Formats: sequence, C-alpha cells, structure tokens
Amino acid sequence: MTATNSDHGGFTMPRPGSPAEPVRARDSSTPGRVDESPPPDTAPLEADATVDLASLGAELGISRTLDELDVQLVGLEAVKQRLREIGALLLVDRLRDRFGLHAPRPNLHMCFAGPPGTGKTTVATKMAEILHSLGYLPSDHLVTVGREDLVGQYVGHTGPKTKEVVKRAMGGVLFIDEAYALHRPDNERDYGQEAIEILLQAMEEHRDRLVVILAGYRDRMDGFFALNPGLRSRIAHHLDFPEFAVDELVEIGHRMLAEQSYELEPAAEAVFSDYVARRRAQPHFANARSIRNAIDRSRLRQAARLVEGGGMVDRDSLRIITSADLLASRVFDEPTRPDDAPSPLPN
Amino acid sequence: MITQGTFAQLPELDDSEIESQLRYAVGQGWAISIELTDDPHPRNLFWDLWGLPMFDLVDPAAALGEVRACREAFPRQYIKVNAFDARKGRETIALSFLVQRPPGDEPGFQLERQHGPGRTNRYTLKAYSSQQPHGDRYQ
Repeated sequence: MTATNSDHGGFTMPRPGSPAEPVRARDSSTPGRVDESPPPDTAPLEADATVDLASLGAELGISRTLDELDVQLVGLEAVKQRLREIGALLLVDRLRDRFGLHAPRPNLHMCFAGPPGTGKTTVATKMAEILHSLGYLPSDHLVTVGREDLVGQYVGHTGPKTKEVVKRAMGGVLFIDEAYALHRPDNERDYGQEAIEILLQAMEEHRDRLVVILAGYRDRMDGFFALNPGLRSRIAHHLDFPEFAVDELVEIGHRMLAEQSYELEPAAEAVFSDYVARRRAQPHFANARSIRNAIDRSRLRQAARLVEGGGMVDRDSLRIITSADLLASRVFDEPTRPDDAPSPLPN
Repeated sequence: MITQGTFAQLPELDDSEIESQLRYAVGQGWAISIELTDDPHPRNLFWDLWGLPMFDLVDPAAALGEVRACREAFPRQYIKVNAFDARKGRETIALSFLVQRPPGDEPGFQLERQHGPGRTNRYTLKAYSSQQPHGDRYQ
C-alpha cells in the first residue's frame, strides 16, 4: 500500500472518534482450509537444551503417517526408506531452527519413475500429507495434471494455462503424470517447452509453497531429463518404483478384497497366486491396477453365479469368492510362458 | 482518501491482513479476481481485469502474488480484490476491498449543482483527477 496514512493533503474525511494514528485491527484469525497457525513447539531453545526427537515426531504426527505408509503399502522398500529420510531431515531442520542454527529449506521436488500401477500416485498423496504434517507445506492437497492441463493449443494459450495450474497447486503438491509428454522432440514448435519453462520458474520462485512431482516410465523419464538438463538439476529426489513381485501382488490383492469386504475361499488362494503369476507374465500388465481389475471381474462372475444359481444366499456366500470365479478368467486358457519375466512396457 | 468495499471504514490493510482475508475467501471456495482503474468515481463499475479470475485456489499466496505483480505493473492505479461466490442462489461478489491507491494526493471530487424545475437541485460528483485523460491521472 503506497499511502497508508490520512496525513497527506487532498480530500480526506476525518472519521469521528478515530485516533490520530491508525490502529491496526487485531490480528484476528480467520477460518480457512489452510491451517497456518504455527504448531506450539516452535519456541526458540537455549543452547544447552535437549529435546526428545521421538516424542516430537509423534507429536507432529510424522511417525503416524510413516507407519501408516508402512502398513498400507506393500513392498516399495526403497521408496519408504527415502520418505523416512525426508521426514527425518525435516524434523531435524525444525529443531535446528529452534536452536538458532541456520536451516536452509531443502529442495523437495521429486521424480517418481516406474511402470504403471506401482503406487506413484498413492505415494504422492502420502507425500503431501507428510510434508504438511511437518510444516513444510501449508496444505496437504494434491493436484494431478497431465500434458493437456498444462499445454495450450495455440500461441499464448500455454502460459496462462500452466500458471493457473501452478496457482491452484500452490500450498500443496503438483503431480505431473507422464511428464515426458510435455516435451515433443519431433516438433520444435511444440508449446510443451513453454510449459516446462514456466514450471521451472515456479519451482524456483515458489519453492517454499510448492512441491512438484514428475512421474512416468523410467526410460522415458531419463530421455526427458537428458533433453531438459535444467529440470534434472532442480529435482533432488529421483525415486524408483520397481515392478511388484508375485507374492507382493498376491498380498495387494488380499488387501483390496478385504477393503471391499470380500474373501477368497481357502481353495482359491493357490488359484489366485497362479492367476497373478500368469497375468504378470502377460503383456500390458499394470501391476496393482491389473490386480484391481481382476478382482472386479471376479466380483462380476461371483454375482452372476449367485443370481443364476438361484436359491437362498447368506452373508457368507455374498462375501466369498470361489476358485471357480477366478478360474473362469481368460488368463488360464493360455499356456504359461516359460520365463516369468515382467512384461515389456506398453507403447 | 477514497475508500470503498467491505473494509471501507477500517484503516488500510497491510499485506499480512490482506493475506488473512484472502485465506478466508479461499477457504470459503470463492473465486478471487483482481481489478484496477484510475477513475475513482464510486459509481465507476468498469474496472479492468488483471489476468483471469482464479478459481479453485487453496493457498492464498497465489492470489497475493498476483496482487503484488499487479501493483508492480500499475503503481499509479486503484487496485481491488474481489471474491466471487459462485454458489447457486448467491452468485455474487462476496467480498471486495482496495489493496492499492495511487501515491500522493487524491484530489477528491467536485460537487456540481444543477438547478432543475421548481426549486429542485440535482447533484453530480466529478473527480478532479478524471479531468486528465485516462493514463495521465495521478502522475
């Protein structure tokens, strides 16, 4: 505000009862979705003070979020390890800050590389929660976008479009799926490059309010970074999401079933493992997503079986998925391939 | 000093207070837009838009950044922030306040009287500053 006082000339109205010095309205805390009130533990500490890290972590909810992650996500050990490290760094930085030690803000832009269905979006959601609970981000929301949300169709369209997405994501995490689609090396007049430049600028300018996560297949991400070195250097964390092994996929399937209040009959357990192994060897296998689809299809078959069978049903028969429901799958018609290698990537 | 909008009777808001108001507006799900003009007449409805209205914001910092950018580009204009409530049944500006006024003197208004039939008087407000052409006011 340029002229804050009424003491210059010109047309000014004296306000009845107003004091000579403008009194600032009390810093009333207005309600809002973004909670910015600092947690109670930000008071500076004496040089000889000691703090219990574990209890501080528990107080901030960071340990709870990380434990949830451990329980909810199968496998992905390297990813969990990196999340734990980031959580620890932010916790330590907070403490350093209270001791008066200089704690520069770490750069937390990330790249999630891995085949489809390996939990990249799920981990990004968790990441937003963790960063919010540690006070790194003012909000825990995640904005998921693709090329069509960032890149416009004609000259001058891309800039406002990308900036609007950045503004929407501000305060939280911006998750860019298939980020390499932004760059089309075969078309040098493609507007994707403009979107990348605006993103780069936002990643620098709004480092304190925005975390950008790029996601996609490993090899194509590598090619994308090779052509955009500026982007690579601004991303500190490159996380690999490996293909799930058969036993992990079986475990994921069991959890999905339990979530939807279904259960495999004991005889169907072995059939399900066999199904997963066969399906995994097929092309276009999308890990957890394929398992979810397989479960959805077996639910269809179960429902059809119950309706066609007629007669009385009870609670258990509505819950149980039998081996017949699984064996009806097309996957069992094809001979198993000799090698159990993961499928080649689609495209 | 010309005041208008929701906080016309309050001392001017500083940036942290503006941010608090923006946080409230964003928390209500209102769309934020920024407008500017150099015609101070209170009935002037034709303010220029700065950029596009911002929908679906979560963090008020995004809107505050636009306010700052607008101030930098137009240091000699009135700038206001509007918050539009798009809910069915309301669909109106829910909050509107000035976030910048031109530096230095605001010369104010001339009151013009027009004598009508009988003993009626009609009154007109005319801003001294608007006697200059658009763009030359508040130099």
